[in-house]
This record gives sequence, C-alpha cells and structure tokens, in this order.
Amino acid sequence: MSAQSSAQLSPIQRMLKGPLGLILVFAISVGASYLFVLSPRSLIVRLLLLGSLLLIYYMPQKGWIKLLFGGVMLLIVLPYLGLFNPFLMELGFQIAAFATLALGLNIVVGFAGLLDLGYVAFFAVGAYLWAFFGSQQIWHMDEPPGTFTIYPTFPFPAWWFWPFLIVGIIAAAITGIMLGFPVLRLRGDYLAIVTLGFGEVIRVLANNLDKPINLTNGPQGITPIQRPPLPAYFTSQEFLNQLSDIAGRPISLNDIYGFFFYFVAIVVLIIAIFLARRLDNSKLGRSWTAIREDDVAAVAMGVPLRRTKLTAFAIGASFSGAMGVIYAANRTFVSPETFSLTASISILVMVILGGLGSIPGVVLGAAIVTLLNIDFLQTLSLQLSSLRQGSGFIPLTSIPWSSLPTQLDPARYQRLFFGLLLVVMMIFRPEGIIPSQRQRLELHEEPVDEPEGAVIEGEIEPDHKLEN
Amino acid sequence: MRVRRPNPLMEILRPLGQLLLFILGSSVVISGITILIAVLIRGTRTDMDLLQITLVLLPQVLIDGIVLGFMYATIALGYTMVYGVLEFINFAHGEFFMFGAFAGVELLIWMQGQGWLPADQSVMAYVFLGLAIIVGMIVSGTISVTTERIAYRPLRGAPRLVPLISAIGVSFLLQDVMRFYQSAVNGAFYRSFPTFGGFSERITLFTLPLDGRDITIAIQLTSIVIIVAGIVMLVGLNYLVNATRLGKAIRSVAQDRNTSYLMGVDVNRIIALTFLIGGALGGAAGVLWAFRFTRADPYMGFLPGLKAFTAAVLGGIGSIVGAMLGGMVLGLLESFAASYLSIFTQGAFGAEYKDIFAFAILILILIFRPSGLLGGKTTQKA
Repeated sequence: MSAQSSAQLSPIQRMLKGPLGLILVFAISVGASYLFVLSPRSLIVRLLLLGSLLLIYYMPQKGWIKLLFGGVMLLIVLPYLGLFNPFLMELGFQIAAFATLALGLNIVVGFAGLLDLGYVAFFAVGAYLWAFFGSQQIWHMDEPPGTFTIYPTFPFPAWWFWPFLIVGIIAAAITGIMLGFPVLRLRGDYLAIVTLGFGEVIRVLANNLDKPINLTNGPQGITPIQRPPLPAYFTSQEFLNQLSDIAGRPISLNDIYGFFFYFVAIVVLIIAIFLARRLDNSKLGRSWTAIREDDVAAVAMGVPLRRTKLTAFAIGASFSGAMGVIYAANRTFVSPETFSLTASISILVMVILGGLGSIPGVVLGAAIVTLLNIDFLQTLSLQLSSLRQGSGFIPLTSIPWSSLPTQLDPARYQRLFFGLLLVVMMIFRPEGIIPSQRQRLELHEEPVDEPEGAVIEGEIEPDHKLEN
Repeated sequence: MRVRRPNPLMEILRPLGQLLLFILGSSVVISGITILIAVLIRGTRTDMDLLQITLVLLPQVLIDGIVLGFMYATIALGYTMVYGVLEFINFAHGEFFMFGAFAGVELLIWMQGQGWLPADQSVMAYVFLGLAIIVGMIVSGTISVTTERIAYRPLRGAPRLVPLISAIGVSFLLQDVMRFYQSAVNGAFYRSFPTFGGFSERITLFTLPLDGRDITIAIQLTSIVIIVAGIVMLVGLNYLVNATRLGKAIRSVAQDRNTSYLMGVDVNRIIALTFLIGGALGGAAGVLWAFRFTRADPYMGFLPGLKAFTAAVLGGIGSIVGAMLGGMVLGLLESFAASYLSIFTQGAFGAEYKDIFAFAILILILIFRPSGLLGGKTTQKA
C-alpha cells in the first residue's frame, strides 16, 4: 500500500496519524490483550482484540511498521492469549480458513467477474481427498456405512498430510478446469446457475457415493481423519505442563493442535494474500479485469478468453482445495452437510461485504461473517437458552422466556443475516466496505475523491460517471 | 413478433393443442427411449424381466411425470416472463412459490379449524381448494411486486451481477423470514396440508392383463386437479399475453424497453405487472405442490425453483410456450429417472440422483443449445 496523501484520510485515520497514533494503537492493542487475560470468555473483549487488528491495518503508517505490528499481534500475542481461551485459536483458524476461501472466490468473482455459486464444491474436493486417504476409508470400500470397526492403524501415515496439501491444490484446480471447460462460454447469470447446480451435484454425490462402492460413507461422513504429526517436543508431557502453568488451566494435546492449525491457516492465508496481490498486478490479473469489464473488447485486444477464464477458475479453486485438506485434518471429520449452498453463499457474502476485488476488504469480510457465524450468533443463542431456563419474562410483554420455541435460536438464522447483508450491500454499497479502487469508480455515482493525476495501473477510464 | 389481429378462440385453442402435442410428444419419446434401454439391457438381470417391469410401471410413471411437468411449467412461466422483460434471473422466484404454498396451507388449516372442510368429495372441497389457490396467488403476487420495488428496481441500471446477487439475498432472506414466522407462531417450521375432500382417492383408468395378473392403472384425484388447474393457468396466461392490450405492452417492453417507453407504455407499471403475474402463477403452483406432497416448508422453493428455471432454459428462456414444453420434458425425465434408474442399474444408483439429472440437462442444454429447444437465435445483450 503506497503512502496516502493526508487529504484523503478518513476521520479514523486522521486520529491515528503520526507517532501519537502509533502509541494509541499500541495502547489499544495492549489494553485489549490485557482485558482478554482478565476475562477470556467475553465476546466484547474478543471483538476489541480483533478490532485492534483492523486499526493496525487502517493506521496511516509506513508499511513495515504495520507489518511488524500485525505480525506480532497475529503470531505472538494472539497465540499467547489463546492459552487462556482455546476458542480464540478456533476463531482465528476459522477466520483465516474462510479468508483464504474468500480470497480464492474473489479471484473468480472479483477479478474475473465470473459469479460462482458452487465454490464450496472445490473445498469439498480438497476435504474429501484427505478424508479418503487420511482415514481408513480405503479399507471400508466394500462395506456399507455404519457396519465397520475402527482400526488402530491407517493406510497412509499421518505425514502424508503435507504431500496431500499439494495434491489437494492440484485436484481442486483440475476440478475447476473440468467444470470451467464446458461452462465458461456462458454469460454471467447462466454461469451462476450452472455453478450452483455443480455445487449441488458434488453435495449429492458426497451424500450418495456410499454405494455401490463406499467412497464417501454417505451422510454419516468420514471419521476419524488423521492430523499431521507434530515434533515430539510439542506433544511431550513436559511441554504441556509448562504451558498449563502459564495458562492456569490444563493444556491438552487437542489445544496444541488448535495452535498448530491456527499457525498453518495463518501461513496459508499470508501466502494466499501474497499470491492474490501479485496476481492482481500481473499481466494475467489485467486480463481478468479486461474480460470482466468487456470481454468483446478484451478479445479484440488479444486476450485469450477461454484460457484466461479457466486460469481464474483453476487458481480460485486451488486456494479452496488447499483449505479443504487442512479443514478435514482440523475437524478429523468430514460430512456432506458442511458443503451446502449456504456455505457457498456465506463465502460470497464475505467477498461482497468486504468489497469485490479488494484483498483487504475480502479478508475483513471473512472476519466479519465468520464472527457473526460462529461467535456472535452462537453467543446470542447461548444467552437466549440460559434465559429460557430462567423464570424471567420477555421485556415489555408477559410472555415467559421459557415459552420461546428452541426453533427461534439465532444460530439457525444465518441465512436471514446473509440474505439481508446481500440485499442491503447491493442497494446501498455494492462496492463493499473496503472497495477496490476500480469498483469504487464504477459503482458509485458521486465523483470520488480521486487523488489528482492518479494512474490506475493498466486501466482505461470508464467513459461515464467520471465526467461530472 | 408478427403483427396480427388476435382471434380470441384461436388463442385458447392453439396453446391447448400445443400442450397436448408436448405431452404426447415428450411422453412417446421418453417412453420409447426407456423401453429401448430396457430391451438392450434385458439380459443383465436374471431375477426379473426388465422389459415387463418397465411396461408395468410405465403408465404410472407417465402420469406422475405429467403432473410434475405441469407444476414445473407453471413455475417456469414466472422465470421466463421476468427474464423476457428484464433479462434477469429472478432467483427468489422459488421463495415466492414457497410463500404462496404457505398462504394456501394456512388458509386451509384455518378453515379446517372452523370445521368447514368436508371430509368426503363434494363441490365445496373444490371451492375451498380454489380459494386456497387464489389466496396463494395473491400473497405470492404481492411479495413478488414488493420485492421488485424494494430490491430490484433500484438496481436496474447496475451491472448484471448486482441484481442477481440481490435476488439471491432476497431468496435467503425470505426463506428464513418464513421459518422465523412459522417457528414463532407454530413452534415448528413446516406445515402439513390438511386432508379433506377425498382428494387422495384413486380413479381406476383401466386394467392391464399381464401374465395372468391384472395390473390396475389408476390416477389420483389430486393429479387430475393439478392437471386441470395447470391447463387453465397456462392457457389463461397465453391468452393474456397474446390477445390482450396488457399482453401487447408486456411483449413490447420485452422487445425494447426504451422504445416502448417512447411509445407511451408505462414501463415500470408493466414490469411490476409482469412480476405480479409471474409471482401469482408461482403461488398457485406452490399451493398445488403442497397439495400434491402434503407439506409446506420454508426451503421447499429451492429445488423446484431451480428445476423450473432449468425447464425455462430447456424450452428457450423468454418463451412462454417454451416454458410449457421445458416443464413437461423435465417433469417426465425426473419421474422416469426416479423410477427406472434404480431398476436399470441394479440399485447402484437410486432415485437420489434424480436432482442431478436436472442439472446435467441444464448444463448440456446450455452448452449445446443455449437458446433452448424452441428458442430462435440467442440474444446476448450486455
């Protein structure tokens, strides 16, 4: 991110300017961390902690300072705090995992402008790949689900996880190409429906390929799936005891794996961000922009339409495939339910909420939606169910909480929030929270606070809207 | 579109003839292919005579398929009309269908609570069912117009994907709004269609003597009601679009929005009316669907919606006759897949794969003939 002129800073950014701002951000981060140690279960403190990461992103400082700050927070402070509440690591893992997925979808939808509503299918390919080879499913192929016993050994040793990470990437990319090859000549909205259909096909296959050969174990899902081996030191009782002393609570092997997967996901996310940024600025990225804006003109300029679209599909899918393998190992369980249309749409919501084509936006969108999904709504549900067990009444009414049906659990209404978010974003802010420069120019009517003489790389100015 | 003076009688007879042709044509073709497959793979099974089984099942499968086809066709009309006018896939159409179903079911449940619904066959049963269908149409039409006004109209000039994403949002939103409402009011999120009027009774059409056994071919009263209702709606819509002033305005907006505006057509009103008609047809189909499958739930609109869209594309999206044909073909194919797939593959692939069938057809059609079976040249407006 290049240094911005002070004229176009937002009010928040103006507050965070200079050394004083640096100290302020530092104080907020430390304060949030301290609060977390005091009350590790509070949702508000969690939000504050993640909000301080956002502040680090927003503060108008030199790039390396922001990187240093962010790096320390992500790689040292958060794992340390994770000792006090393992849920923080789970949250971090999920946010990083979904951010990677959203970055992959962003390449397809944001960069290349191809609306893919079945994106989770590639995630499923990666997940089922490791689920199949990393569990004992190979030995159960001729037995129907629910009839076999679990053996102590596995056909593939656990370290195969790492090679399969690569295999997952390749397999997902190939699936992307296989889907893309026939359908990519369709126009945008048809493509959306076909990819949706493809997502459903993958889910139906996962549900039903327990016969004639038991490949997926049907709706019951595959379990147990192996986790990659850790160095002996990290799993030793001595190390666990040391950590337990710091945390003041017993640390188990599962907690260690929580930290491990958090780090893996963060590393993958960083690689994904790096790749996405490089791709956006590459020749390929400019070809994507060109076909997104006007494919006829792009072809006339010599952009190979089919191949460019296929690469977008393949690369987007490969992000998802890698995360699928990691996800399967993290959960040690894979079932078709995870790969529903709702999952595809939730990834789409992340991309749209954050800003189509905008890398920081997509990561922020992933963080918000994941928080909403696994933290906010769940906490709300827990609160509600504890109220339901009490003898209180709903405020302003004479209805007791206990008469509230469990069907009204907020955690069951993800679709409501996703739908609302999509409609509201499309009507009021189609360019997202952190818009990419191009989308902002295209989708917002009023003249933008464009820095004078700014040159947007490889872009021809849109012919309208800029003239007023 | 040709300029001709519509002859009201012809506008009723022509679609009737077309419908009959489509039903007969697709039934014959699909049955023929199935029988051919049965003959070809007859030798693979020793435990039963495949050909005989196929023939025994055939009439029932055909009836089921035609009933399903009428429902798909009715839903597909909503997609096709909106697409014709706006070039926009109304993703939330399946949810309008679901709202219609709930409205009809709620009304009937209320009537049952009042003790009005007769248990046996009577004229009143048909009157009440008709009333439920009309209420379903009103509710769906209203929701449809409201959605257009709030979520689609502000986005009309935006890039193509923007209204589509908004429509997906509306679809998700409506599903959970209904779920929330039903959970809050009833404690469960689905509703069962009340049993009344003796609609589940089967009428024996004929009996087939086979190997000394008599196989009865019967049709449920439900199926007859759905077929009749479907015919009335399809013919009515055809009449509306092809023989009335309003229909002319709709067709002109579909052809060229700006020019129709200059010719004095109130484009916004016509688009709203298109949504009203499409939504109302969807609502009627929703009530019929709940009637057939005896249940309404908030997620019921998704798959039928998707399949009806497939039907619309199959017939040639934007074409009303095409939607009827597409719906019929898809209904029959699905019914055949559900019955024969498991028999032909010795149980390796069962009826679960019938949904995949629809998607496979969609993909194949879009690849090889994107204009659909009846479509002319493809118009790809940017």
